[in-house]
Amino acid sequence: MKRTIFEKIWEQHRIEALPGGVDLVLIDRILLHERTGGIALRRLLDRGQPVFAPDQAFAVMDHIVDTFPGRSDKTLMPTGTEFIRMTRDAAREAGIRLFDLDDPAQGIVHVMSPELGIVLPGATLICPDSHTCSQGALGALAWGIGTSEAEHALATSALRLRRPKTMRVTVDGTLAPGVTAKDLALALLGRFGVGGGSGYVVEYAGEAVRALEMEGRLTLCNMGTEFAAFTAIIAPDGKTLEYVKGRRFAPTGAEWEKAAEQWLALASDEGAEYDVELSFDAGDVAPMITWGTSPQQVVPIDAAVPAVGEAPGQGTESAQARAREYMGLDSGTPLAGLPIDAAFIGSCTNSRISDLRRAASLLQGRKVAPGIKAICVPGSTSVKRQAEAEGLHEVFQAAGFEWRESGCSMCFFAGGESFGPQDRVVSSTNRNFESRQGPGTRTHLASPETVAASAIAGRIADPRRIAS
Amino acid sequence: MEPFTTLTATAAPLLRDDIDTDAIIPSREMRSPSGQGLAEGLFAGWRYKAIGSRDPNPDFVLNQPVYAGARILLTGANVGCGSSREHAVWALAQYGIRAVIAPSFNPIFRGNCIANGVVPVSLPMETVSTLASALEAAGQPELTVDLEQQLVVLPDGQQWSFDIEPEVREALMLGLDPIDLTLRYRSRIQDFRATDHDARPWIYFRNAPSA
Ligand code: SF4
Repeated sequence: MKRTIFEKIWEQHRIEALPGGVDLVLIDRILLHERTGGIALRRLLDRGQPVFAPDQAFAVMDHIVDTFPGRSDKTLMPTGTEFIRMTRDAAREAGIRLFDLDDPAQGIVHVMSPELGIVLPGATLICPDSHTCSQGALGALAWGIGTSEAEHALATSALRLRRPKTMRVTVDGTLAPGVTAKDLALALLGRFGVGGGSGYVVEYAGEAVRALEMEGRLTLCNMGTEFAAFTAIIAPDGKTLEYVKGRRFAPTGAEWEKAAEQWLALASDEGAEYDVELSFDAGDVAPMITWGTSPQQVVPIDAAVPAVGEAPGQGTESAQARAREYMGLDSGTPLAGLPIDAAFIGSCTNSRISDLRRAASLLQGRKVAPGIKAICVPGSTSVKRQAEAEGLHEVFQAAGFEWRESGCSMCFFAGGESFGPQDRVVSSTNRNFESRQGPGTRTHLASPETVAASAIAGRIADPRRIAS
Repeated sequence: MEPFTTLTATAAPLLRDDIDTDAIIPSREMRSPSGQGLAEGLFAGWRYKAIGSRDPNPDFVLNQPVYAGARILLTGANVGCGSSREHAVWALAQYGIRAVIAPSFNPIFRGNCIANGVVPVSLPMETVSTLASALEAAGQPELTVDLEQQLVVLPDGQQWSFDIEPEVREALMLGLDPIDLTLRYRSRIQDFRATDHDARPWIYFRNAPSA
């Protein structure tokens, strides 16, 4: 029987087939953050239930913590301090390792977990956070759950699950220079829609995917949740092993040899069958930018806001009309050239060292246009330190970017810091929903290059033009 | 968890597609670390005239007097997309919603509904639209969700059946807590981990599988 990577991992973790077609599945890693994880832990402890395997659970402060230099438990989000302290106390009480806000390994959960080798190929990993799918980039089965399921996994090291279906998205061809994993992720959403992956484990395959470095793969898998997928996954290969080797929680010595062999064998068998197969040519992708309030409302950067009826895959006509109104855009308006108010580089999608290096290379020797608020938030404290060791922070600061401590920051608005109403922001994040980055804020999703280029121009700008 | 067998109650139609969890409960409304006190923040961005205010927007469906006390919500497709925050379901439940009828659900949101005793009823878009029109035309917009028979019934007797996994139906009907159910398998889980430890020691770090 030929099997997909998903089937191999699932079968290795199936403890029991329960009545009604549900499997009891072993969970190898549980990640918690102070926004939703502390609550799960607190509720569990309050019912007198211990954590089944505390050494396999990890907690981190990323969502609510301030990203201003010199931060403490105080944060701009109302009641945020309570979330931070509750998570700290609950982690201590449960005996779970916590990466607190001053820990050198602190970072956005989906950035720091791969960095530390907490996520490993072939592992099952859950976190009460929808972008957990990012971590499928390492060949793990990693998915987002709710708080109750997090409690369940903490209490039992297992979850009851109906087996999801499988989809393979094969991306052949080559991404053109200046076109990134983020553009590919957005182009796929534009092509197949935000509901396209619903109910599926989506395996990304094909030469363009294999050609991506690990950080690009993390970006691609990150937006699996925007595709409504159960999760996203990429088979481990030589690049994966090279990435994992030597990380803090990765195996060493003889265990490493054994693990590496097992991990490479996880790749889907030639001829394995999927419930759905889609294909896509990477050569068709340009730098992409969203125009609306759903990630599928996206166009190549040199295109215009679609006219009524022109983009049937981008939501119903009424949804598109509402999006145009919210974004203050008429159909036919070209995206490139639209004046912006702010630029944001950060989030679990695009805040890794390679993202910062590429953005910095555009900013080198240039300045952010007058009046533009520009912010760079490294995805983890180690990314920040690495960037500083390379002098990238000086490039960002000299250009006029704020240089922050790591965290989710203004990827989402929780009552604290925000962009202003109707501010037009070009952002390397993953969600452009209404008021996601602040009440009434208008978010355009794009790659870090496009954000940097737009910050310099003071308008939405094609990074290929600046680079040349 | 409160068991659910059958419920006849006011039902409110909010037929937008892609209602995301931030629309259901804006992040700024999640103030208490305990997850309580969310009912007031439900749909805050649409329900009130301005961000942060409590001045009701009369156009919003739940503010219309006929829908006061709604316990059933009808929505468009892909409801509950976006952030995985369970607060969205807690807010619905704390407001009093016990069933959501929609053409499709975001999978995490649907799991959260089930874990909190909110029945996710999947029906085709045409059916949801038909139900919504019937509710809008009625003086008293009521319908019945019968989980036992897997039926949605209008007061005039028109009915539609819906699919739901047998174990989900059972858990919702009995108000079972999934953690207690799974802990019945505790020794099976321990044995499985012990065997797995030999196959994949790196998953377990230096520690033996915990007892
Ligand atoms: S960076 Fe944004 S999308 Fe990613 S985990 Fe944080 S809040 Fe969520």
